[in-house]
Amino acid sequence: MTSLPQSTNKKLGLVIDLDTCVGCHACVVNCKEWNTSGYGTALSDQDPYGANPTGAWLNRIHTFEIVPDNSSNKPKGQGVGEVIGTAGEARVVHFPKSCLHCEDAPCVTVCPTGASYKRPEDGIVLVDEDKCIGCGLCAWSCAYGAREMDLAAGVMKKCTLCIDRIYNEELEEIDRQPACVRTCPAGARHFGDFADPQSNVSLLVAERGGFDLMPEQNNKPVNKYLPPRPRSDLGEGTQFSVPENDTKGADGLLGWIDRALSGSSKQKGAS
Amino acid sequence: MHPALSVISFTTLSGAGYGLAFVLALGHGNPAALSTKIAWVAALALISIGFLSSTLHLGNPQRAWRAVSQWRSSWLSREGCMCFISYVPLCLLAGMSIFYDSFDLTLGYVGAICCAVTVYCTAMIYASLRTIASWHTAWTPGFYLAFALTAGTLIYIAFFGPPVGSRSTQIWIYLSLVFLVASWAIKHFWARRAQAVGYGKSTMETATGLGHIGKVRLLESPHAMGNYLTNEMAFRIGRKHALKLHKIALLLGLALPVVLLALSLAITPVALVFTMLAALSFMAGVFVDRWLFFATARHAVGLYYGGDEALMPAD
Repeated sequence: MTSLPQSTNKKLGLVIDLDTCVGCHACVVNCKEWNTSGYGTALSDQDPYGANPTGAWLNRIHTFEIVPDNSSNKPKGQGVGEVIGTAGEARVVHFPKSCLHCEDAPCVTVCPTGASYKRPEDGIVLVDEDKCIGCGLCAWSCAYGAREMDLAAGVMKKCTLCIDRIYNEELEEIDRQPACVRTCPAGARHFGDFADPQSNVSLLVAERGGFDLMPEQNNKPVNKYLPPRPRSDLGEGTQFSVPENDTKGADGLLGWIDRALSGSSKQKGAS
Repeated sequence: MHPALSVISFTTLSGAGYGLAFVLALGHGNPAALSTKIAWVAALALISIGFLSSTLHLGNPQRAWRAVSQWRSSWLSREGCMCFISYVPLCLLAGMSIFYDSFDLTLGYVGAICCAVTVYCTAMIYASLRTIASWHTAWTPGFYLAFALTAGTLIYIAFFGPPVGSRSTQIWIYLSLVFLVASWAIKHFWARRAQAVGYGKSTMETATGLGHIGKVRLLESPHAMGNYLTNEMAFRIGRKHALKLHKIALLLGLALPVVLLALSLAITPVALVFTMLAALSFMAGVFVDRWLFFATARHAVGLYYGGDEALMPAD
């Protein structure tokens, strides 16, 4: 049934820390590695070693650059001199993106066959691949680009929150979390239950001001993102604008070298 | 959005088929006349060819029957259901005309309503998507319905209508001129809104949540080559030639049919040639216009790939 559940017992999802992500793509690769042999059909690639390789991936990292106009946008409660960005200095943010397991998931309601569904017990959005006709409408309805068609199998693929890991008692307890979270070397991804206000993810969101992507699309995403932390104002230390040839005030040995070299270059220039 | 030929054929052909069936179901055409019998077959053929072509873009068409199950939430499913439901009155009406030379007005009204509801469901598949701001408006079902009615009327006059030169033919032609102008007027309002709305309320800043730092720009794409998302949602060619194609659509879909219909009133001996050309020209215009409907649509996911800046045609 593609109608959404009224509410879910748990709200499992991810917190992604845009401050600590270093953009190494380890989560991207491990996601593909685990999921190509896990839930559903393999994640196929087309022309993988050719000139125009493409393929289905469930997690992608975009990298954005933001150059602030001014340094005055100091966040509240930060140390002296800490700013979110220095005017004219780019802040580079690596931006991992996978399914956000929305509470009001349009990808579920548009599905004509009932293949797309949201689990009432934990809120995970899944595709029953045996029912999927590969019409692609769910991918059209997703603002985040979280769904990609597998062109070999003709069915829609998406993040399962590694449903075959998180409940898998064959695995050591430390491994019972999504592959992307387990593999992240920077600790930029966190997995937990947002329905529990005392869970690790709920506390992180409260502490760091976790936010929704595209709130105006009214999808109520479960996954949250943590903003980049403020940092020291780079000030003029980063300005590499000392005028060339300005050697005023040089004295001692440096002054002598300056005078000696200036003299010789003048002579050279004159000859 | 990628303009899939199968989906464009489906929406234009089945739209015209339902338009023609709508006209016939309201009792036009003598049920005993051969032209009416052929018209019913033509309407059902257009509808069926349209629906069959729509299954061509599916990854697993053999499971398409499952698509009738989710009518409670999905407009695509509702459309599938309405397609099957409307076959009942339309096939009965066609059978009555073909085998018994008869017609039933009550059944006709049921059939006409089914035609309108099915076209409405098709349009709502697109209009219900919040991700594509230009589609997410009541104008979308508005122009789908208007074009279907106009196509149906023009095809009826040209191929199955009352005899050339008769008073009723003249009325039909005046009526179709009104439909023509009205449907393109609706499309004009749709296009004007589409141009203004862009990505709607979404921006690269809301997509990333980083707007408090400053203006966001894509520094590095997540993948070097295209993927399903960029191929499907970020179609470039349509943008590049949009203006030219829009003029072609208006020429074929509005200007030429109006001139041809006027000529058919003036030169009655060959009036049928003009009305036939008018119908075909209109269909061609709608086809180009439907191509643009997809090709120029901006999907919110484009914002993660740099928005319009990245989608501008690479000359």
